[in-house]
Order: sequence, then C-alpha cells, then structure tokens
Amino acid sequence: MATEITNVVIETLPRFEGYVYPNEAGTHPLWGFLIVLYPYITGLVAGAFIMASLVRVFRVKPLEPVYRLSLLTALAFMLCATLPLLFHLGHPERSYQIMITPHLTSPMAIFGFVYAWYLMAVLLLELWFDFREDFVRWSQTATGIRGIIYRAFTLGVTDVTPPAVALDAKLGWIISIVGIPSAFLLHGYVGFIFGSIKANPWWGNVLMPIIFILSAMVSGIALCVFNYMFLSWVRRRQVNMPCLDMMGMFLFYALVIDATVESLDLIHRAYSAEEGFHVMEYMTQQKLFYTFTIGQGLLGTLIPLLLLGTLQLVRKHIAELNRKRMYFASAMLILIGVFAMRWNVVMGGQFFSKSLRGVMSYKLEFAGAEGWFMGMILLSLPFIILTVLIKLFLNERFPATGELSLSAKSPAVEI
Amino acid sequence: MKTSVTRRSLLAGLGGALAGLMTNSLAQTAKAAVKTVFVRTNAPRGYDPSKHKWLMCFDVDRCIGCGLCVEACKTENHVPQGPSYFRTWIERYIIKRPKPGSGSARGEVIVDSPNGGRDGFPPTLVPREDILKSFFVPKLCNLCEHSPCVQVCPVGATFDTPDGAVLVDPHYCIGCGFCIQACPYGCRFLNPETKTAEKCTLCYHRITRGKKPACVEICPTEARIFGDLKNPVENDPIQRFINQNKVNTLKPHLGTEPRVLYANLDKEVR
Repeated sequence: MATEITNVVIETLPRFEGYVYPNEAGTHPLWGFLIVLYPYITGLVAGAFIMASLVRVFRVKPLEPVYRLSLLTALAFMLCATLPLLFHLGHPERSYQIMITPHLTSPMAIFGFVYAWYLMAVLLLELWFDFREDFVRWSQTATGIRGIIYRAFTLGVTDVTPPAVALDAKLGWIISIVGIPSAFLLHGYVGFIFGSIKANPWWGNVLMPIIFILSAMVSGIALCVFNYMFLSWVRRRQVNMPCLDMMGMFLFYALVIDATVESLDLIHRAYSAEEGFHVMEYMTQQKLFYTFTIGQGLLGTLIPLLLLGTLQLVRKHIAELNRKRMYFASAMLILIGVFAMRWNVVMGGQFFSKSLRGVMSYKLEFAGAEGWFMGMILLSLPFIILTVLIKLFLNERFPATGELSLSAKSPAVEI
Repeated sequence: MKTSVTRRSLLAGLGGALAGLMTNSLAQTAKAAVKTVFVRTNAPRGYDPSKHKWLMCFDVDRCIGCGLCVEACKTENHVPQGPSYFRTWIERYIIKRPKPGSGSARGEVIVDSPNGGRDGFPPTLVPREDILKSFFVPKLCNLCEHSPCVQVCPVGATFDTPDGAVLVDPHYCIGCGFCIQACPYGCRFLNPETKTAEKCTLCYHRITRGKKPACVEICPTEARIFGDLKNPVENDPIQRFINQNKVNTLKPHLGTEPRVLYANLDKEVR
C-alpha cells in the first residue's frame, strides 16, 4: 500500500502482478488522467444545471440567489468538457470526423451530438433568454468593450416591453424543462460510454449511467455550494443562509440516493461474484484502497453524510458560522470524493488485465499530456472562465432584474 | 426605430443553422457508408472480397511455443518492436499439481508470455515434479461475428470486411483507444508511431494475393490452420480440422461469437 502512495508522486516503472496480455503491458494505461477529468467535468455541468432547474422548474424560491451562478458554472465547465478528450486523442486534428462522419453504433460518436445539443440548444439558449433583458439594459449604461459585449449578446433583439420579457421567461422555462432530461442524457451518456464495455467487468454494468447521473447531481450541487460561498467570501458579503440551508438539504438527499445506488452496485457485484470478481476484490483492497475505501467511501460519502445529516436534524441548534463551515467542508469532501469515484472507474478499469489473471500499478506522472500538471491546468481552466463570466454577467455594478431576482431587496449577497 | 431582428427570425435562423449541420452530417454519414463498400484496403485490384471467407483456427496441442509466428508477424507487418505491441502472441500455461490432501483437481495456474513469446520461452522456475501439465496457446484477433471493437469506433475507421477480416483504416482512425478498451481479448494496441489503433489483419495484403498469412506460413508444427471457407481446396485443412476436432472459442459468454476456433482448449485459457 505504501508503494501506491509513493507511486503518486514518484515516477516508477509500471509493475505487474500475475499475467496481463502483452498488449496491455504498456508503460501507461491507455486512458489516463485526462479521461478521469472528462466525466468529472461533464458531471459538474449536469449537476450545476439541475441545481439551476430547481429554481426555474420546481420553483424552489430560497435557491434564487444561486440560480444564475449555477447556470454560469454549468456553462464554464461545459466549454471545457471536451478538452481532455481532445488532448488525449492520437490524432486530435481528425476529431471533427466524429461530428461529420459519425459511426452511429458508437456511444462516443453519439456523445458528440448529445454535447452539441446540450451546449447549443439548452445551455446557451436558456442563458440568453434569462439574460437578454439585462443585456439590453446593461448595454445602455456600459461603455467600452463591456458595452460592446453586452450589445453583441443581445443579438440585436432589444425589445424589452413587458410582453417580450414575459415571452423570454416562458421560453426559458420550456428550455429548462427540456434541459433536465438533456442534462440526465448528457451525463448518463458518459456513464454509458463506460457501462457499455462488456469486455471489462469493472465497467460493463447497467447501473453505470444511473450512478454517473446521481454522482453528477451530487458533485454539481457541491460545486455550486463551493462557488457561492467562495464568491461571497471574495466579495465580503453575507451568505444567504436560507439559500445555503436549502442547498445543503438537496445535497444531502442527492447524496443519500447516490450512496444507496452505489452501495447496491457493490452489494450486487459481491453477491453475484461473477467471473473476475476475485481480481476486482483484490484491486479494491490493494490498488484502489486509498482512492476507493478512503477517498470515495469515507471522505466522499460517509463524512459528508454525517455532517449534512446532522445539519438536517439539528440545524436550529448550530450556530451560523459552524453551519457554514460544515456545509463548506461537506462540499469540498464531496468534490474530492466524486473525483476519486471518477478515478476509480476510469483507472480501476485498467488496473486489472482483461485476462483476469493480473493487476498493474500506476504512477501518476507530473509532466506529459497525461500528467497531473496538465490535469490541474485543465481543471483550473473552467474556474478561470467562470471568473470572467462572473465579472461580465454577475457584476455587482450591473445588477440583475426580472422575476428571478425577487429577493434582491434582502441584505444578503445577490448572486 | 424598431429593430428588424426578432426572436422569431433569430430562432428561425438558429434552427436553420442546426438543420444545416444535421443535414451535412447525414450526407457525410451516407458518404461514409458508401465508402465502407468501396473501402481502401491493400488488396490487389480485381480482388472480390464477397467471394471469400477467411478463417484461422488453432490446434493447441500442436503449438511448441517457438515464437517464430510472432517474429514473422512483426517482420512482415512492421509491427513496432516494443514488448507491448503484438498482432499475435503466444501464452504459456503451467498448471501445477494440487497440494496433497487439498482435495483439488489441479493446483495453481501460472501464465506468462515473455516478449509475447517472440524469443521462445525460458525454462520455468516451477520444479518439473510440481507441474501437472503445461501447454502453449497462440492468440490473435478472434474475428468476432459481433465485433465490439467495430461497434464502438466513433468514426467507423475499423470495419468488418465481407471476407471475414477486421481491418483498421490508419488514415481515418482518430486514436481514441475506444476499440482497444472494447476488445475483450487484448488483441489491439495503439501504434506509438502512427498513434492509431492496430491489430491483426490476417496479413490482408498476402491472403488477397493467394498467399497464407506470415504466421501460418512459418509455423513448423501446423498449429495454425488457415483457409477459405467459400473456396475449399481438395482435402481442405480447415474443413478437416473442424471435422476432426471438438472446437471451442475464447470467452464465449460475452456473445461476441469469435470465428477463430481452438481445438484442445483448456478451461483456464481466457
């Protein structure tokens, strides 16, 4: 086990125990750190969007302060979702072939269309309908580049009469309704890319898309909690506690469902103990001990469940500051835990041989396209984009109007 | 002045653009479908793939693990030299005697394939008296009836030919590695030079010119049996092999229906 930790920081040669097919015995797993990032980022998109839909479709009023932040978070991560895929291709310059000559039986090919649909037909349209009135208003006061950007984003539709605004809201609502199944489709599809591989008993599993959707919701809400608290802290504003409590509640229930289904998966695997179970059992106990048992199980699930569960039961008796700390800690732990889950799925599936006779160790390198330095750059990119988006569209000097910001009069920060 | 751009016209424009994109995709898909019929392979002009059905079979008991097939394949097909790039390889199975009184029929199973078996096999460290039995198993693409690798390729760069081979178009492959993950038999690898997926082609450039694959040609014990099911020759080796042996396939439970058949296959072989 100690070697696994050192392997994370020190580059060592891959080690094989037992027999692996010669073609599997390369120096790197075929799919590395970048492919771990891909389902992680996509999951955050889907989760953040569903978080926003709680306000839009299900009219959860207390969550209004984070509505726009959630949508912008979804957009920032969506724009980066395919980058890890692109960079890991042997021939990135041929990637357009996926879109123009898709092979229709391939989950990966259809993902291109699901992604395009979600980005263009759902996310961007919904954002535009939500922001159009503000764009028009802001463009009247803003000058310079900012003014040009606002004017450009109105796309020339400058009608802000009440009927026009009402139509915006209605269309936005319709898109939100379409958007919820689309978000499920988006991330369920990522799960299907792995779940459809019957050659690999760790991946080939009918529950995989469902687990991906549920963990996506959990991670997306956690990311919104983190972003909201962090932004409030940067702006030195009070966090809106009813909003945070409500996010914590949804986070708790999503986590309960997620943990239940993931446990069901584990129990089913252990009970049916099909071919290859012994090698997977060995793997979870040895090769994935830290990321699976500690990362995903203890840090990512058990502790947040305890923290959030406590808050559900005795919220009134806990001081506001401590509640904030508990929410923040839970969100961070969940974000780490879901990342560990993605790692366990993607890397775990490659830690054992398809001959089911051997396992391999992996060392995450620092440099190189699949190294963790590159991974960190890719993972920080959506946050950089989000910062720009927030400066443009959640600027305190350009406050929002419209029916979605009814709580603007409250003293708490309006994000 | 009232602006001429309305939501209606804007949405219509967006919808039109989307429809245009979809139409283009459909057209390109149709084009690709046509291309797969007249696909570029390295078969000679005039070769008609619909008139052949090639198949390779193995007699496990005949393989002596000399590794000549691996060497021949690497040379003939310019397979990269490294120890993790093989279109064909040989596995050695050593099944130990059960411990006395253990009640087991057989003991531990040890499998190895040093350098794919290319240089033959060094003497095993297991003492001779501990070995219950030992045998070699040659492996290559299983020529599945329902190939998972072909199914998952996002651009259709890998395809089934009508004459029974599964090929990759290296000028089309984007190098995503999905087919390599989807192959249950570990028969594919990513070529480090071309950055594309690569696999056994049954020596397509040879068989379409009336020759045998390199590995079959060089095998000294006729452990590899190759033939054309649509054009049986007199006393056809492949027909004789299928008639005279009880045959099996690898990982039949996955439903890939491999066409490659093995005679005398032990249950430990996966």
